[in-house]
Amino acid sequence: MEIVVAIGIGVLATTGVYLILRPRTFQVIIGLSLLTYAVNLFILAMGRLVVDGAPLLAEGADPSTFADPVPQSLVLTSIVISFSMTALFLVVLLAARGITGTDHVDGDGMSA
Amino acid sequence: MEHRARSPSGTRPTPTMTIAATYLPVLALLPFVVGMLVAFLPRHARNAAAGLAGATALIGVLLTALLYRGVTEGAVLRQTWSWLPDIGLELTWRLDGLSWLFSLLVTGIGALVVLYARYYMAAEDPVPRFFSYLLSFMGSMLGLVLSGNLIQLLFFWELTSLLSFLLIGYWHHNENARDGARMALTVTGLGGFLLLMGVLLVGHVVGSFDIDTVIANRDVLMASPLVTPAIICLLIGAFAKSAQFPLHFWLPHAMAAPTPVSAYLHSATMVKAGIYLMMRLWPVMAGNDTWYYVVSLAGLVTFLLGGIAATFQYDLKGILAYSTISHLGLITLLLGLSTPAAAVAAIFHTLNHATFKASLFMAAGVIDHETGTRDIRRLSGLFRHMPYTGTLAIVAAGAMAGVPLLNGFISKEMFLTETLAFHTGSLLDRLLPLIATLGSAFSVLYSVRFIHQVFFGPEATDLPRKPHEPVGWMRLPIELLVFICLVVGIVPNLSVGPLLRSAVVAVLGPEAPRFHLELWHGFTPAFMLSLVAMALGASLYFALYRRLANREARERPWAGRARARRIFDGAMTGLFAGAGFITRLAGTVRLQPQLFLIVLAAVVAGAAPFVYHAVTQAGAGLTLGTRPLTPVSLPFVVVWAFGIASATGAAILAKFHRLAALILTGGAGLAVCLTFVWLSAPDLAVTQLLVEIVTTVLLLLGLRWLPARVATKEDRERARALVVARRGRDLVLALIAGGGMAALALAAMTRPRVGGIAGFFNANALEGGGGRNVVNVILVDFRGFDTMGEITVLAIVALTVFALLRRFRPAREVVGSTRQQRRQDAYDEARSDREVGDTARDYLFVPRIVMHLLFPVITLFAIHLFLRGHNEPGGGFAAGVAMAIAFIIQYMARGTRWVEERLRVLPLIWIGTGLLVAALTGIGAWFFGRPFLTSAHGHLHLPVIGEVSLASASLFDLGVFALVIGATVLMLIALAHQSIRSARASLSTQELEGATSAPSPAAAETAVKLGEAGGD
Repeated sequence: MEIVVAIGIGVLATTGVYLILRPRTFQVIIGLSLLTYAVNLFILAMGRLVVDGAPLLAEGADPSTFADPVPQSLVLTSIVISFSMTALFLVVLLAARGITGTDHVDGDGMSA
Repeated sequence: MEHRARSPSGTRPTPTMTIAATYLPVLALLPFVVGMLVAFLPRHARNAAAGLAGATALIGVLLTALLYRGVTEGAVLRQTWSWLPDIGLELTWRLDGLSWLFSLLVTGIGALVVLYARYYMAAEDPVPRFFSYLLSFMGSMLGLVLSGNLIQLLFFWELTSLLSFLLIGYWHHNENARDGARMALTVTGLGGFLLLMGVLLVGHVVGSFDIDTVIANRDVLMASPLVTPAIICLLIGAFAKSAQFPLHFWLPHAMAAPTPVSAYLHSATMVKAGIYLMMRLWPVMAGNDTWYYVVSLAGLVTFLLGGIAATFQYDLKGILAYSTISHLGLITLLLGLSTPAAAVAAIFHTLNHATFKASLFMAAGVIDHETGTRDIRRLSGLFRHMPYTGTLAIVAAGAMAGVPLLNGFISKEMFLTETLAFHTGSLLDRLLPLIATLGSAFSVLYSVRFIHQVFFGPEATDLPRKPHEPVGWMRLPIELLVFICLVVGIVPNLSVGPLLRSAVVAVLGPEAPRFHLELWHGFTPAFMLSLVAMALGASLYFALYRRLANREARERPWAGRARARRIFDGAMTGLFAGAGFITRLAGTVRLQPQLFLIVLAAVVAGAAPFVYHAVTQAGAGLTLGTRPLTPVSLPFVVVWAFGIASATGAAILAKFHRLAALILTGGAGLAVCLTFVWLSAPDLAVTQLLVEIVTTVLLLLGLRWLPARVATKEDRERARALVVARRGRDLVLALIAGGGMAALALAAMTRPRVGGIAGFFNANALEGGGGRNVVNVILVDFRGFDTMGEITVLAIVALTVFALLRRFRPAREVVGSTRQQRRQDAYDEARSDREVGDTARDYLFVPRIVMHLLFPVITLFAIHLFLRGHNEPGGGFAAGVAMAIAFIIQYMARGTRWVEERLRVLPLIWIGTGLLVAALTGIGAWFFGRPFLTSAHGHLHLPVIGEVSLASASLFDLGVFALVIGATVLMLIALAHQSIRSARASLSTQELEGATSAPSPAAAETAVKLGEAGGD
């Protein structure tokens, strides 16, 4: 499982980084989403992989079998913030397309 | 806050002194408070603004006068507020004889200037702003002299620079005012910076910023090798403020300020701040060689050059400005000489200069006010028209020239006596009497010129206004100041003797020399020099008369002003050009290189420790740990095979096939979401899923306004070697970054978990937070403040999105109907049994009814998520997003118009309410004496429903819930409304063109109403 998750993180990060380095705004926004996934998983992974250990204090639950709740709350915050960022970036992207007439991140048609 | 007062010798302060000391901060802070109030007065409230300002200044005078008894014979009033005691930072208010004298100057001349300004300022000037600045300046200056701590002093020092900037630039429509203000701020700001360095050096050596402690540790400071740099830095700061050569050039440009400002800041008070600092540090610095040479030389050069430059000015205020520079040089020179008697003379002359120079500035302002010009070439024979003002100006100018019976004479004679005294025997010391006499001669020269050319001679012919005496109230401040000049000049010991004594003892200590101020000392050498100076000045005036009275003369560039200005301008231009060059060289505005460098830096920073480790400890780089791996499950592998394929596909398709890329990104997101479920993070899974939905809807709405990008021949041709290389380079970096993250994650995951803080949260969630869902308790309780910040960010982003979209101009290609809409319309038009719009109405008819019916279901689900949130997966955030989805689904099913005819969401109200509820919940804890956001919880037994757990954190979560609904809906609706806006635009175009299908008025009205709906 650890290896699968690590590979998943690796692929998401690779595609994300590659896309944010691309010149088209839509590529960057997709890249940001993918990179966010990678980072969120990475943060979660820092609490190690725990199956069947949701940090819910039901009667008789043993907290020592719990997944670490701290990375989880960090990721929850991260999800919210990246949602805000995507929304803001989307609007800036649309406005830039309207003003500059191109979807290049720097507002010109040059380079790949 | 801790209040205490103590006298420097450590004796117990008397109760009266303790009480008196509590007034010190009042004295300094009252002008700021009133200044704030005055700023809000209506623009033309001249009398109210001036009245408030004058009353404040008078209260200041009164307070200062009442405090006098506490500062005689070396007594000190002190009041300390502990501020950051852990690092030894205290706010110390301190009043001794010297600062008392300055306080009196600041408040007393302040009161007179306020009265003067009331009549000087024109009715059309925004006067409340002026008085507000003036009061704040008064407060800053009082704060400066009342500071018992160097850092605190520096703070007020910078405030005076800032307010001087604002006051010089008060008439900001005038270019000279703007330039002068900027120059003053640049020079004094630079000085302030160096002063800060000097203060830090002193504090470093002494170990304290407290002025008394610094003075007590003189030997420590003098023994340190850092003393010379410290003195230089402090002196540059003081010289910049007090216009000492070569940092004097800003003062003449500051004359663009209204004349009351020149009288107050640029002659009587602010320019004395540097002098004050030098006096304050005199007990520490005097006698040091660096101090002696730098201060004496700077003072001497300034004294002489200022006098010469003043002689050749044609602007009345220019003459006074250079004369101020010259007299400040005189005071500086006295301080540099380092003898007690010289220090006495310096303090005395500071007082005298303030009185006669302020009155001269006011007189110059009256002349300007009544004649319309300050140009000495146009003014002449004014004595006929304004004999009172003329007489006052003559007396004040006499004081400036050092005529007997006036205060300037006494301090100037003390100065000349000092120059004759033996100090070091250096060449400078021996030349001193000569240069001092010459400088004094120039004082006489420009004083005579000022009076003779303005008030005497033939009648002026080309004055803009017919001159006459000003109103009596405007003359009153001048009369009072001139009266003081006379009283001090005739009975010095009776009038200012005791005050001066207190100030002198504050600087020199109890062993200060006993001095007796006297008008007549007999035919001393100093008196002889005084006579020589007067004779020389008068004869120089007659020698130069032809040139000085030349009415066609142009300003002389060599008089220093223009040249210094040119150097300053050149330096500024060079500075900006240099900064631009470095920015161009080292920076870029392009996003791609920036992002590349950021990722590269992150990769390097991440890899560096491992590489270092591998090199130094051969082979021990990034390794796998010993924690046993979790058994692989096939479905999980399948999920990730799908996720990996989706991510890769999205990366490839993002350029030309946006919709496909978006769907594939959603696929990758789904894999992440399932991973959360698998790995015991149900809260994350729920939230991720809901956010995923909203994000996708949002991007889909956005795609409508992003013109399609089709791969053209050009695009293919562009894929040249360079482009391929760049892509290759980016791919390599991406692979390294991704591979590095994967390796790092694997290395961490294969190591046992370390303690961390999870145990605390698990143990305390139920007890301390009253919830069973640890993640939720962390978010709304333990780390509630983070969440508070987070929802604030969300609210700000939503408002920004809304604001950006209000003035949104979509790309030209996408304005009007989309291809799909046109196709539908064409289909409808082609058939006789259909009307335009039918197809759109029929589209997905069954699913739309289902979606419509989903509204209550999703609402219920959202409430469910919210209520269970504290104990089970869910919570305010997930519930909020779910509720927003309920709304947006209605929009999708029925269209914006249909929904908004029936339902007004008012997202801004939701946002505001949510933020307010969350904040008030946090503030509620204050009423129980707890810190912000401390939660309380309890359990309630209700009939039928059973046990309900209540926590204040739930109320906070309710705020989160409301805010998230509002923010999400606002963003979605703002984007969705774009189609209506465009539709409305095209409707009105049709109306204008008289097209066949003009809409019914009712329909148009609806459209307008809906278009505004998102806006309120």
